Amino acid sequence: MSKSVNAVDGEAISDLNLTTEQLVEFYEKMYTIQRFDTETAKLYQQNLIQGAVHSYVGQEAVAVGACSALRQGDYISSTHRGHGHCLAKGLDPKRMLAEILGRRTGYCKGKGGSMHIADLDRGILGANGIVGGGIGVATGAAFTARYKKLDFVSLCFFGDGALHQGIFHECADMASLWKLPVIYLSEYNCFAEFTHSVKTFPHLNLEKRAEPYGFPGYRIDGNDVLLVYKTVKQAVDRARRGEGPALIVATCYRLEGHYIGDPLTYRTREETEEARTKEPVSAYRRRLLKNEIAGEEILWKIEAKVQKTIQEAIDFALSSPEPETDELFTDVYATPEIQTLLLKGKK
Amino acid sequence: MAVRELSYRDAIKEALFEEMRRDPNVFCIGEDIARFGGPMKVTEGLLQEFGEERVVDTPIAEAGFVGIGVGAAMTGLRPVVEVMYNDFLLLAMDQIINQAAKASYMFGGKCKMPIVVRTHAGAGRGNAAQHSQSLWMLFVHLPGVIVMAPSTPADAKGLLKSAIRADSPTLFFENKLIYGMKGPVPEGEHLVPIGKADIKRRGKDVTIVSTSRMTVFALGAAEKLAAEGIDVEIVDPRTLKPLDLDTVLESVRKTKRVVIVDEGCRTGGFTAEVAARIMDEALDYLDAPMARVATEDTPIPYCRKLELEAFPQERDIIAAVKKLA
Ligand SMILES: Cc1ncc(C[n+]2csc(CCOP(=O)(O)OP(=O)(O)O)c2C)c(N)n1
Repeated sequence: MSKSVNAVDGEAISDLNLTTEQLVEFYEKMYTIQRFDTETAKLYQQNLIQGAVHSYVGQEAVAVGACSALRQGDYISSTHRGHGHCLAKGLDPKRMLAEILGRRTGYCKGKGGSMHIADLDRGILGANGIVGGGIGVATGAAFTARYKKLDFVSLCFFGDGALHQGIFHECADMASLWKLPVIYLSEYNCFAEFTHSVKTFPHLNLEKRAEPYGFPGYRIDGNDVLLVYKTVKQAVDRARRGEGPALIVATCYRLEGHYIGDPLTYRTREETEEARTKEPVSAYRRRLLKNEIAGEEILWKIEAKVQKTIQEAIDFALSSPEPETDELFTDVYATPEIQTLLLKGKK
Repeated sequence: MAVRELSYRDAIKEALFEEMRRDPNVFCIGEDIARFGGPMKVTEGLLQEFGEERVVDTPIAEAGFVGIGVGAAMTGLRPVVEVMYNDFLLLAMDQIINQAAKASYMFGGKCKMPIVVRTHAGAGRGNAAQHSQSLWMLFVHLPGVIVMAPSTPADAKGLLKSAIRADSPTLFFENKLIYGMKGPVPEGEHLVPIGKADIKRRGKDVTIVSTSRMTVFALGAAEKLAAEGIDVEIVDPRTLKPLDLDTVLESVRKTKRVVIVDEGCRTGGFTAEVAARIMDEALDYLDAPMARVATEDTPIPYCRKLELEAFPQERDIIAAVKKLA
């Protein structure tokens, strides 16, 4: 059942049933993610951000292709490298950056940070600090869909590293048994922290990991946003019809380090430059031009607009207040009465 | 024995080198520990000297490689397993608690379990709720494991060497904020006995019992308090389980006042355990109620301002001591 899907080329774009606006919007979203994480890295280097920031640069096509195949009411779960997923699913760069800067205007009131951005209202079940941590969560959301007979699906983003975690195998087993509407989307970005992913797997036919559980697995070029869209759309439609999960392994390349500031001692510049020639955002830009879907002026306009949006996000985040000290104790429990007991017990 | 200054990181590294040279059954296993030299660079150079057989990089599969460590320990090897953050121990809990901790007892004393699980705890780096906890109490609670949380380079070296030689499973908690901190470390065969506290500062007015990085803070607090005429004694248990209660009690009986400081959460935390033990054995000696300084009962928040409110700081220790003195 597992297969490699070929690139969507030239005329085949028309088979995707996407409007010109949608095709151009894909570019806008990818460019937004690229600019967002590039500017975030700069803020980090200026010591304005604490902790760790994991850049999504180089993987934009996966998030945008996948989230574009989802509806508003569908769920995603994300990872430590989650800015791209959240932006592609529709989060506001302002509140995201505020969160990354630890401000109370952020999505988690400044208490989550880069690795924990979440917005249940937008279907984002949270970025996650634990490798594989979102797999149970996304599978559980799919369980809810089936239980309540609702037609939403849930899409679980994770790195290739999470394919090693036991929870992937346990959830894949149950998701298949109960035909849960969940799509497991593994981004094979060539690295797990400071190790080439290829050194961590006994073989690289990772899509075959779906086979023993009895659902389809695909391996695709994750630099091709349209191919990602097409493959995820098929899997989503199938899941929505009640036919169960799918595994998609999207191959791409992590152009930045594991985190911003990573000394990158474990890879060569040549290797990265080679990968950069396939960089998905500019590749898609060239494709829009070549297929005359958009002209330079339109793209320039979009780029200017995105740059403005990101600048506004930076200004918003930097001028936002930090949380008040007593907010340390808020929201430990979602049950107000229990929260009251906690505060009473404190002093 | 010659003594030189080493960082906490290099002291741990030295223990690993020495024990691996001494005993061919000792091996290291964990994520990014070999080729990359460890995310915290503790294992740097081990691969070059000991090779891939004995310095093993793993995929991201904590339950799996901790489990492999448990099985290897049962069958004659002496694994030193690195779990990148102590927060990820939670993925391997069954292996540690149900398998390793109980094997000696369940199997009627026929099973040795010489596994050391090294990891790091601690808040203060803006790593938010899933990368900043101090989770040793989960293990202190359990019969069958040894739990260590060294606060100095010398203790780190000496305890790790003892742990590697012990036939019982040891959880070895480093602290992520003090890897660069330097201190005197004896060369060569420096062993710190398991279950032996150390008096880090002698004093007569108030006893501070502190663990891990909190001992570093307590020493800083002691300097400031000394300037105000308060002379504190600092007892660092070093091994949290089994606990060297005698040294704690001796100090408390002398000073008659005690502040217990620990980076774990307050409720059911290490401070609670130590306080209960002091109450059992030395309540009559106390001239003031015991004080506890611990992490608030909240997850560790991301925003730095809140993070520094969440876990104990030097100022909190000073305030607690002053209230008693
Ligand atoms: C359970 C767990 N183990 C280890 C880590 C430390 N860690 C953070 S990211 C990472 C690599 C993840 O690789 P992958 O899943 O491929 O995602 P990528 O970083 O490549 O996006 C590791 C080992 C963690 N966060 N959680």
